[in-house]
Amino acid sequence: MTNEKLVQRRYDFVVLFDVKDGNPNGDPDAGNLPRIDAETGHGLVTDVCLKRKVRNYIGLKMDEKAPHGIFVKEKAVLNNTIEKAYVNLDINLKEPPVDPTDGKKRNKEGQGQGKEIDRAKTFMCQNFYDIRTFGAVLSTGANAGQVRGPVQLTFARSVDPIVSLEHSITRMAVTTEQEAEKQGGDNRTMGRKFTVPYGLYRSHGFVSAPLAQQTGFTEDDLELLWDALINMFEHDRSAARGLMGTRKLFIFEHSSKMGNASVQKLFDAIEITLNDKSRPARDFRDYSVTVDADQIPHGVTLIER
Amino acid sequence: MNLHNWCLEVCGDYACFTRPEMKVERVSYDVMTPSAARAIFESILWKPAIRWNVTRIEVMNPIKWISVRRNEVGKTVPAPTAKQMAGVAVAPMGIFIEDERQQRAGLFLRDVRYRIHAYFDFVPPSEHKTNHSSEFWADEQEQTEIVRFDETAAKYAAMFERRAKKGQCFHRPYLGCREFSCDFRLIDDLTVEVARPIDETRDLGYMLYDMDFDRNADDPPALFFRAQIENGVMNTDRRQIEVRG
Repeated sequence: MTNEKLVQRRYDFVVLFDVKDGNPNGDPDAGNLPRIDAETGHGLVTDVCLKRKVRNYIGLKMDEKAPHGIFVKEKAVLNNTIEKAYVNLDINLKEPPVDPTDGKKRNKEGQGQGKEIDRAKTFMCQNFYDIRTFGAVLSTGANAGQVRGPVQLTFARSVDPIVSLEHSITRMAVTTEQEAEKQGGDNRTMGRKFTVPYGLYRSHGFVSAPLAQQTGFTEDDLELLWDALINMFEHDRSAARGLMGTRKLFIFEHSSKMGNASVQKLFDAIEITLNDKSRPARDFRDYSVTVDADQIPHGVTLIER
Repeated sequence: MNLHNWCLEVCGDYACFTRPEMKVERVSYDVMTPSAARAIFESILWKPAIRWNVTRIEVMNPIKWISVRRNEVGKTVPAPTAKQMAGVAVAPMGIFIEDERQQRAGLFLRDVRYRIHAYFDFVPPSEHKTNHSSEFWADEQEQTEIVRFDETAAKYAAMFERRAKKGQCFHRPYLGCREFSCDFRLIDDLTVEVARPIDETRDLGYMLYDMDFDRNADDPPALFFRAQIENGVMNTDRRQIEVRG
């Protein structure tokens, strides 16, 4: 992997996505109601929920093949279990380490030691997109080394408070024989479903160039990430989600590794307002997204997707 | 040797400074820990030549809580086997989240704002602990020359100040967990921007001070101190308080 291809600049980004008549992220503590900030009524979508979607999208698009394997998998996406095309690193764990600084003989057969632990880490980073991007806790070595990925996401929060509706639905069949008997052959059960009529959510993310150097996160990987953020909901259709979609991706590209401006200033430049405050929003068109170009300092480029 | 104190104002929507005794279903401390504050300074600038010391944490916003339950994975990634590395089709690598699922609630802080004060100790190059074995160096001359005599604390102080002023960072700093990213701002002049911390004085009990990497870098023991906030200010200066471990 050549050095020029690694991500050399800092990026900060804002993802705007919306939901129509669906449940973007259920709260396991509240019987799967949409997550809500109880104090303000704003809807929440956790960082891990969005990362799951990115992983699923990359898994589908790149067919789980190295170097774009996905380590943390969901069964629904997984179709092939045998991973091919591992990068061969030439470590024979049965023979003494090649590099004498790692020790003259192997302390325990079949276990890496010394720099080999780093090589195992490198191997994982090279083969798995999600480890390279988001990092992972790896149990290589004695003290469970960690890989810190360059990409960091935050909780997404709705622009306005959301309401969640409860719908009762019926099913014209029952699961078990006993249930049918209890109902005298009526064979109907009731279920519940929760939706948000409309919610526009805003999430913030960061890409750290120095950490990209450590995990080998390349420009191509970054391009894939933008692609995944834009299309992550297109392949995540289900009965619960309703209509979800990424509406806008704002990327602030700094001209240097460390960045050229404070991130809050950049994020504040993007303002979202409800056009008609007297009635609730039901569509993306009910909002105006404005960018205050004057607030973006020199050395930072705004890319809209 | 230490130069003057720096003060950063940090704020974020959420924070979780997990109590070590309640880390399965995470419960945050009421206030940021010194170790989390140190990590924020380090995310802006850290080199082997400097060691950050947090002296004071001022709590600017009232302490508020939120509970969030998430699906998490209860497994760490196993090291790849030799066969896997060699590309032989053996057991698949990867974790299936349905099999390794843990639902964990977390009690996090919300809408936090702190002012954190710190200075750094300058570690002269001759005292750096390096992992480099003798084979790392081409010859002895290179090894001795790497101990540069133009190294000064002022250099790092200027670097930090430049970065912090511009909002630059090595990686995005966060409040306890990476999903709770935070913004930071260098307070230039403490006499102009006087802190108005919350009006609260109470004993917070024993709190994690930091991990003691000096004693054992691989498996550092934890250090604790008796945390107190007095009118919203927590004194974390190791030269003044007792730190036990």
